[in-house]
Amino acid sequence: MKNLKDLEKFINSELTYKINKSFIKHDNIYLNIDHDELIDVVSFLKTNKETKFRQLIEITAVDYPESEYRFKMVYLLLSHEYNKRVIIDYSLKENDIISSLTSLFPSANWMEREVFDMYGLSFKNHPDLRRILTDYGFKGHPLRKDFPLTGHNEVRYSEEEKKVIYEPVKLEQNYRNFDYESPWEGTKYIKEIKKS
Amino acid sequence: MTKEKKTLNLNFGPQHPAAHGVLRLILQLDGEVVEKADPHIGLLHRGTEKLIENKTYTQAVPYFDRLDYVAPMNQEHAFALAIEKILKIDVPTRAKYIRVIFCEIGRILSHILNVTTQAMDVGALTPTLWGFEEREKLMGFYERVSGSRLHANYFRAGGVHKDLPAGLDNDIDEFCNKFPKIIDDLETLLTDNRIFKQRNVDIGIVSKQDALDYSFSGVMLRGSGVAWDLRRSQPYDCYDDLEFKIPIGKNGDCYDRYLCRIEEMRESVKIIKQCLENIPKGPIKTEDGKISPPPKKEIKQSMEALIHHFKLFTEGYRVDKDEIYTAVEAPKGEFGVYLISDGSSKPYKCKIRAPGFTHLQAMDYLIKGHMLADVPAVLGSMDIVFGEVDR
Repeated sequence: MKNLKDLEKFINSELTYKINKSFIKHDNIYLNIDHDELIDVVSFLKTNKETKFRQLIEITAVDYPESEYRFKMVYLLLSHEYNKRVIIDYSLKENDIISSLTSLFPSANWMEREVFDMYGLSFKNHPDLRRILTDYGFKGHPLRKDFPLTGHNEVRYSEEEKKVIYEPVKLEQNYRNFDYESPWEGTKYIKEIKKS
Repeated sequence: MTKEKKTLNLNFGPQHPAAHGVLRLILQLDGEVVEKADPHIGLLHRGTEKLIENKTYTQAVPYFDRLDYVAPMNQEHAFALAIEKILKIDVPTRAKYIRVIFCEIGRILSHILNVTTQAMDVGALTPTLWGFEEREKLMGFYERVSGSRLHANYFRAGGVHKDLPAGLDNDIDEFCNKFPKIIDDLETLLTDNRIFKQRNVDIGIVSKQDALDYSFSGVMLRGSGVAWDLRRSQPYDCYDDLEFKIPIGKNGDCYDRYLCRIEEMRESVKIIKQCLENIPKGPIKTEDGKISPPPKKEIKQSMEALIHHFKLFTEGYRVDKDEIYTAVEAPKGEFGVYLISDGSSKPYKCKIRAPGFTHLQAMDYLIKGHMLADVPAVLGSMDIVFGEVDR
């Protein structure tokens, strides 16, 4: 299927009940689906002759602490045959369990481990859900918006104990986050010009 | 009577000359045969993505240099393209050509490092010495254009920071004339070398299907015979106007990947030559004062330019609310940036898709059943750089 619009229509007609919203932007197809339809949608996109999204590019999550559904999971797929990309996302709450894609794509393994590590979301049927990027025995999930940029612990070599020790972060100077953002949005007439 | 099978757990790394950085591999050995490999990564994790969320778009660029630190500008490129697509900036043609020239220089930098260190891992020292001399020259070009040999911080949304200094194009051209000879010399040392072939042919074979399933990209994918290169299939900047070939492998083993890299270096030289021939004169970044800072001279004379300068370096430019994925063909594979902007001057989320991460993941699959001595060969042919794997 060569045309992006046709492809979007085709996916929509085949998966009518499973897709909440779809649109085309920046030459990619964006699909918003329901939390529990993930496996069905991805395996359809992977195996169908007209789509052939046979490569999983990335899995990631986004944190929206204020929203009722705190997290958004994002899956990026690529089809070499048709040279198209699709971005699938769905929202979920903090304690929702996500189905693992490892049965469809072995490469999902580390990507899901990274999401688990960085956001603390757990996956169902994952063969080996351990932390991946952070330290052994690390606490917390660094990419959550409520995790401080400076972290909680720092390490140093202690001459007395002759080993590397962990201590709470001590800052000689407070972390300074300047708010340069101007509240100024321009005068009314400029806004009107911008709109038109 | 049953004989109990005893396996040995071997800890490879985190500091090991053949690990290409800080990789801890837990190997389960039966004699000399590897039964299982469990890579422990993250020893170089610096929280790049978290840091980028707390910096303005301009301040985020240097973090991209520190990912794959042997080809810094290729990463900056992906980030610059993402912002340009959201803001719909028109990049001047000259800037596009300059960016492509330096991306290809980055590709040569990375491939020289990989090919020669892979040779060193399997026992040949000379290629490293010869290759690094050329890398030094290329990093000299980096320095002349950006002021630093490695962490360039040169690409901007909307173009590049500064124009090429006088005489640089001639020097790059001269390098391009001489470099193919150096590649030939390297090849005489390696391509038909008996030891090099014994160590690489039929080692770490990846089938087409597995290359897709394991999300391989770049040379790892092309070495297995999949003709896929983002410069050709989803061209960005001026790759559309350039003529180049995409070498693909047949067997998907370490040796084919080595050959692909050698050929890619030759193609890169051709691309750079074409760019130098066709590069037009003109501006090197967008003239939109809301995005790129004004020239120094104007700041002294124009109030508006002064305000723009001040706002750009304190608040930074704002990027409209959007969500985008852009990818470039970095030397190691598909390097992507998944950017979510919220209308402020800092990214809300910036996920970095590093090719090395997915490649290293397949270590267990690639090495199973091979000998311990093949671990460095396979690791070398994957072209792992921990700056990007650990982020």
